[in-house]
Amino acid sequence: MSNKVIYAIYNDDDILMDAVKKTKAAHHHIEEVFTPFPVHGLDKAMGLAPTRLAICAFIYGLLGLAFGTWMMDYIMIQDWPQDIGGKPSFSYIDNMPAFVPIMFEETVFFAAHLMVITFYMRSKLWPFKVAENPDVRTTDDHFLMEVAVNDNEDELISFFQNTGAVEVKVIVKN
Amino acid sequence: MYTFSSKLKTFSFVLMAVGLLGIGYGFLTAPKDLQEVEKIIASETHGGHGEAKHEVSVPAGEVHAEIGKTNEVKEAAEHKEHTEHVLHQLQNKPWASLYVACIFFMLLSMGVLAFYAIQQVAQAGWSPVLFRVMQGITAYLPVGSVIFFIILVVCGLNIFHSNSLFIWLDPEVVAHDKIIANKSGYLNFPFWIIRAAIFLIGWNLYRYFSRKNCLAQDQASDDLNYKKNFKMSAAFLVFFIVTESIMSWDWIMSIDPHWSSTLFGWYVFASFFVSGITTIALISLYLKSKGYLENVNTSHIHDLAKFMFGFSVFWTYLWFSQFMLIWYANIPEEITYFVTRIQLYNLPFFGAVVMNFLFPILILINTDFKRITWILVMAGTVILLGHYIDFFNMIMPGTVGDRWFIGISEIASVLFFLGLFIYVVFTALTKAPLLPKRNPFIEESKHFHY
Repeated sequence: MSNKVIYAIYNDDDILMDAVKKTKAAHHHIEEVFTPFPVHGLDKAMGLAPTRLAICAFIYGLLGLAFGTWMMDYIMIQDWPQDIGGKPSFSYIDNMPAFVPIMFEETVFFAAHLMVITFYMRSKLWPFKVAENPDVRTTDDHFLMEVAVNDNEDELISFFQNTGAVEVKVIVKN
Repeated sequence: MYTFSSKLKTFSFVLMAVGLLGIGYGFLTAPKDLQEVEKIIASETHGGHGEAKHEVSVPAGEVHAEIGKTNEVKEAAEHKEHTEHVLHQLQNKPWASLYVACIFFMLLSMGVLAFYAIQQVAQAGWSPVLFRVMQGITAYLPVGSVIFFIILVVCGLNIFHSNSLFIWLDPEVVAHDKIIANKSGYLNFPFWIIRAAIFLIGWNLYRYFSRKNCLAQDQASDDLNYKKNFKMSAAFLVFFIVTESIMSWDWIMSIDPHWSSTLFGWYVFASFFVSGITTIALISLYLKSKGYLENVNTSHIHDLAKFMFGFSVFWTYLWFSQFMLIWYANIPEEITYFVTRIQLYNLPFFGAVVMNFLFPILILINTDFKRITWILVMAGTVILLGHYIDFFNMIMPGTVGDRWFIGISEIASVLFFLGLFIYVVFTALTKAPLLPKRNPFIEESKHFHY
């Protein structure tokens, strides 16, 4: 089986949205869409599953809260319960208000940073990563839809030419 | 046009009637003189209080006879002082519960008015479909202000010789209290009541003219009324933030005239602002469920829910900032405020944090939940009850001390004002179409989705 794909290139996000909807309706499998900026509603039109990043962030936040609580409890109450300026170090709850700023910041710190790292890992982004850019114009002012070809090359080409594409290319991927 | 359902109308009348009966009961059962208080104290402690003290003063021998006598005299004086103190607290109780409910509902509609003004000035594109709901809720403001002002006058002139909610209004107290005497340039009846009148009149004038212009805009052929409202709202917000701060000193903080806090005004604001937004959400959900708000979709509700969530956190931030700064420094003249609350009001004091922070933050953090009616109604109810408790915590310790209880007078006062609130608000909603016609942002608002 050949591994051919079609690059349908558009120069307007509204036309792209229409093309995506038509492609979905015609049951052609969209491999990927490349856009220079976020197109509102594109994920819905493509039928992508909603992100679970927020759920991750919530769990990371709880982790941070637990870490902050454990850290302050171990250091200030268990390990060396010193009298510092008359603050009550008898139990965690006695001195809790003083620890709240730390607990809060740890929560935010864990939630934010771990969520960002999760995002990088899930979207496979890192400093020396080779860019997967099919056409340099997609970072500036063009939109590109990539669709797999299954022995229906001519049909697909004419289909995409009818969706308002400014350019339709067939590429052999290796 | 909205029609006030007869069921809801009957319901509001029932609430008012039950409330009035309960309020009356509260006033009638409050003790009138020292003898009644003696009986109450005796029945509560079974003499334990007196006995415990007496043991100390039992003379061990003849040598101690003299000391015993002076102790007994001292004890008698102390006992009388204690009884008088309890009498004041018990007499304050029906007044304080009326005052808490009255100021809560009045400020709640004030919170809605502030939110409304902010929406006007911010030229928000989502909220114009809710303007008439907000105007309906603020219709309670004139009614609530009149009742509130009457209560202030009754307290101030000590009509009926009935209560001491504001102890600095008693010349006897001022004469013997240097701290209060030093504040009398600010805390004196004429100045206090004139300030109250100016604030209430100012807020009501804005409400009146803003609604009038909004209705006139429906019939107009240009945007002149809209622009007038924009300018007026901006001016009102400046007036509001100044008067709101002073209002919180005058009507709430001066109940504890020995104590002061700089962020108190913001704290009070956060409390009634989030209650106001919650009320907008609840009433919009009610009207929508009855089919009156066809242009309000789940995105509008979602936005309100986000505001409920955000301002619940904001309230907590201020609650904690005020508490933690005073707790940390532990300066005696400031810390007594929280000592009283933690020792005598432990459950309401920390319960308010659970209801106003922990519950909303866990429920309303979820995007999907912010669109589900029953979850919002549940969260909204908890938030409103929580902020009632918050006002309770601010006012009760300084007026009734350890004699607090959420009993007949407290619940009845809330029911009375709730009934009045429902009656006034839903009557006002019938007076104008629920959709503003020629607001420049109305089309955007109708099609708002998030």
